[in-house]
Amino acid sequence: MALPPPDPQFVLRGTSAAVHTLHFSCGGQEPDVPVLFSGSENGLIHVWNLKTHRVDTALDGHGRKSVYCVETMGGKNRLLSQGRDQRICLWDLAEGRTAVMDSVFMENVGFCRCSLLMVAQGRWLMAMAAKALEEVQVLELPSKTSVCTLKPEAGAKLGMPMCLKLWQLSGGSQPLLLAGYEDGSVVLWNLSMGKALSQLACHQEPVMSLDFDSEKAKGISGSSEKVLSIWSLNEQQNLQVYKTHNLVNAGISDITIRPDKKIVATAGWDHRIRIFGWKKLKPLAVLDYHTATVHCVSFSNHKNPRERLLAAGSKDHRISIWSIYTQT
Amino acid sequence: MAAAGLERALREAALGLERAGEEAAAALGAVRAALAAAGGAAALGKRERELFDAFLRSLAGAPRAARPEGVWQRCFLEGPPVPAFCVLLETLGCPRPSLYPREVVEVLEQFLQEGRMSALLWEVCQQPVQVGSQELQEALLNRIVCLPNHVSNKLEGKNPPVFFPQNYFPFLGGTIIQVLQKISDSLRGGLDCSICFVSHVLGKVCIHGRQKEILGILVPSLMELTKSDCIWQRICWRLVEYVPDRWMEAVVLGFVQQTPGADVLSRLLGNLVVKSMKAQFVVTQKMLLLQYGHTTAVLQNLLGYLALDSLRRALSLLQALQELLETWSSSSAVRHSPPEQQQYISKAILICLSHLKETEIESCRQELLTSMMEGVKCHLDSSLPQIRHLGMIVAESISAKINTDGPVLKFQVKVTMKFMSGVSPCDTNSCLHFSYSDDDLIPYDMSEDKEVKIKAPVYIRDCIEVLTGCEDMDKWEATVKALESLVRKNPEATREVSVELAKILLHLEEKTYIEGFVELRQRAQVAVLTTDPIPVAKYLTSQFYSLNYSLHQRMDILDVLVLSAQELSYPKSHWKTKHSGAPKPCIQLPHGSDSSKDWRRIVDERIKNKTRRFATGHSQVELASGPNEFNSVAGHFFFPLIQHFDRPLTTFDLLGEDHFVLGRLVHALAVLMYLAVNTVAVAAMGKALLEFVWALRFHTDSYVRQGLLCCISSLLFSVPAECLLEDMTEELLETQSWLGGKRRWCTPVGARPHLLLLMERTAYERQQITVLCPEHPPSTPAACGFW
Repeated sequence: MALPPPDPQFVLRGTSAAVHTLHFSCGGQEPDVPVLFSGSENGLIHVWNLKTHRVDTALDGHGRKSVYCVETMGGKNRLLSQGRDQRICLWDLAEGRTAVMDSVFMENVGFCRCSLLMVAQGRWLMAMAAKALEEVQVLELPSKTSVCTLKPEAGAKLGMPMCLKLWQLSGGSQPLLLAGYEDGSVVLWNLSMGKALSQLACHQEPVMSLDFDSEKAKGISGSSEKVLSIWSLNEQQNLQVYKTHNLVNAGISDITIRPDKKIVATAGWDHRIRIFGWKKLKPLAVLDYHTATVHCVSFSNHKNPRERLLAAGSKDHRISIWSIYTQT
Repeated sequence: MAAAGLERALREAALGLERAGEEAAAALGAVRAALAAAGGAAALGKRERELFDAFLRSLAGAPRAARPEGVWQRCFLEGPPVPAFCVLLETLGCPRPSLYPREVVEVLEQFLQEGRMSALLWEVCQQPVQVGSQELQEALLNRIVCLPNHVSNKLEGKNPPVFFPQNYFPFLGGTIIQVLQKISDSLRGGLDCSICFVSHVLGKVCIHGRQKEILGILVPSLMELTKSDCIWQRICWRLVEYVPDRWMEAVVLGFVQQTPGADVLSRLLGNLVVKSMKAQFVVTQKMLLLQYGHTTAVLQNLLGYLALDSLRRALSLLQALQELLETWSSSSAVRHSPPEQQQYISKAILICLSHLKETEIESCRQELLTSMMEGVKCHLDSSLPQIRHLGMIVAESISAKINTDGPVLKFQVKVTMKFMSGVSPCDTNSCLHFSYSDDDLIPYDMSEDKEVKIKAPVYIRDCIEVLTGCEDMDKWEATVKALESLVRKNPEATREVSVELAKILLHLEEKTYIEGFVELRQRAQVAVLTTDPIPVAKYLTSQFYSLNYSLHQRMDILDVLVLSAQELSYPKSHWKTKHSGAPKPCIQLPHGSDSSKDWRRIVDERIKNKTRRFATGHSQVELASGPNEFNSVAGHFFFPLIQHFDRPLTTFDLLGEDHFVLGRLVHALAVLMYLAVNTVAVAAMGKALLEFVWALRFHTDSYVRQGLLCCISSLLFSVPAECLLEDMTEELLETQSWLGGKRRWCTPVGARPHLLLLMERTAYERQQITVLCPEHPPSTPAACGFW
């Protein structure tokens, strides 16, 4: 008989609003304490000290409108946050500052989280949904210059972009973008040509989240359906369905592959976090702790693999922190 | 003659030893010569032996001068070996020996080297009785086996290498082979001899823990010798059989450990387990169930040995398996015995199973199954994963064995059983290797991952979607259950889709069993109708007279209309309080209306109810507050229903065979009439109803006629008296004449007096009104006269 699933290592309470996004910053050297950023529905970004399990700072920069994406830009002192006030804010948190240095106004009012990719030291690409319904815009940060706008062909009827993932093969090659759309398809975009390389209909419903493993050239996406879709990218840059995995309950709000590419975590509408082996998508665990939809899952970037954590944020206002499969 | 010469020589020697010097040397020489002349020590008789024994004793006790160096030793080595050995060891053990221990040990060393030990054993084998009593044999045995100890004790460890146990016992093994060779020769020569003493030596050596040393020599030699020689086989069997019970375990264990394979073991031991109870106990109980330190090879040897002979199979193998399974399936054993032992027992079971033949399995299939079920249960109960795995592996194996054609128990544990392949021994301390078929990541228990109970839709439009096209029964069920409250909470949203929703609900069928489905659907329908009365009532009443509805659906429509009318007319607008209220004036269905007399009781009750309400009407008025919502819509409920009753459709003929529905319709109209009290439309409704009653007054079905009486009573109740008397005088008179004149038709006996009472009351009110309103001419004198 298998072991019962573990309990959370600890639970962070006190956001007093549904948690929509989480981001760890644990890679720093001592005496840097590992921190977890959480963005919640009340517009606050909480900086959680993972040693004390308390909030160090609460950042208020989105006019009390829900924050649904938080990313660090090289270390925990530079932060990017995206809110329902249609702004993407760039924060300077060094030396205890809590200032918004710069912000980008988004003309899109959707829920699509932006995607960030470091292309050179201090140079970032950020993909976000653009003003026009089906378009994605890529900006360079911090200069905010537009790199390209990705327009689907006329009549493609993809619907709005729902989730984005910028990535590149190691070695500074061409950055590429994977975008999941409202009609359930995933499209691979070439940024320099501004052209769709491949399109794959993964789901019947809007793609809620996707993640991609550039080493194995394999990605995973989830929607409001009962199915996870795993697809691969072949050498001709074509997306192909690799396999699908049926879930017990419908609805996936977030998917994250652990940085070591060993396991995948999904955040479910059924209040459950699911862990799969990434190699064969073997179901490993179902973590049933939350009492409402889980909105986001995130893995920490601890240098020591044994300290690696999984965090999940839920509509029930709680953030659960798990230590699971750290021995591998 | 030779014996007599020896006797004389011994006597002289005894004297010579006392004198010492040259004479002693001469005497000893004479003894040796005489011994040689007598044919050596082996040829001596009992008397000579005793004399020689005494001679050796005196020789050992003689002063140094009386023992010429080099000669006295020969006396010990050439004389009969038993006395010589005994005297030497006695001297060695003596606290004040006349001989140096080193001297004795040197003689002993030579004794061994010259093969005198085998001579000694052979002597005992030949003439066990002559050698001495039981005690003497016991002492001799002790001296032989404990020789290294005796020597070592005396020399305090500085003993020659041959007396080291690791050298002495292999030597003893070789000696035994020599003796057995002699026994074999003598048996072939037709001479009888006993192997008993050799067995004792073997047993004692083994119980002293020297199995490895002695059997390391014995077993390979015996293996060779018994290969094709049945006499040797029998010698070997006897050798083990004659081991006393108290040493049997050590010997059997030694053999099992030292033998390379089950076939060899079978050759060496024969049917030992059948002949010796002790051996059987050791093999089938002790080594299998009580000890668990043996290697897999030993287990394979042991069980293979049991399996190799049909007699042993029947007596021992099956019994062993049975007892192993008993232990394996005992929850107490699973809980309390160490995991190593459980693994050992599991191994033994698997080996046993591999030896079982089809017929044997057939004979014990049921027992195997029972044990398996018991065992797998208590193993899976264990908290140790190792034990659970063991349980699964063994259960799978048993299942595979006993179910040759049926379904086989299968757990998701992959196990490689190296030790099961072939007889070749393999070094496996942990012979069961567990390996998982997938990644190294071990899943947690996911059995709790069940489908979340479907949440009911939150929007009316979602409900419509679910009710019309959803294949998900859970969702459908949740929707049906949630619909009423959803409609009540969202009147605006409901109004947008009210007719569509009413249509869906009217056609809704119980796709899956839901407790109280009919009531749930009805309440939802009522909710929809009360939320948006005019269009929905219009729809429902039109559908009542449409094609292609079942009678049931048509009656549903009536029920919904009646319930909604009641709700609308009820003064309290809050719908929840209403539901817990008084009995609903719904259309009552007479059970088996054709034959039963229940309808009489029902009607009585109903009329009684209504009468009572009428009586307490004044107090109800006080409670009532708020507008009567039924006022504005009563006509929409009533008139469409009453209009088309006489137009038969192809599938629906109210006046024909569908009179049951007609009865329900009449009752519904009666209730609607009753509920329309104080509404604007009541007068028009009353008039229409009277006409309707008139048209149907001679209906053949009593349920219909009973409904007509209800209609009249509610009409009398609802319609204001002046309207009754002014606008429908004619009709009322007709009705009166019908009630009065055709009493035979008014079968409900109880109903008539009530109706008459009602009419009287109405007449009284009319008089009041006429008094109060003098401008109203008393236009119906006949009626007045009648009242």
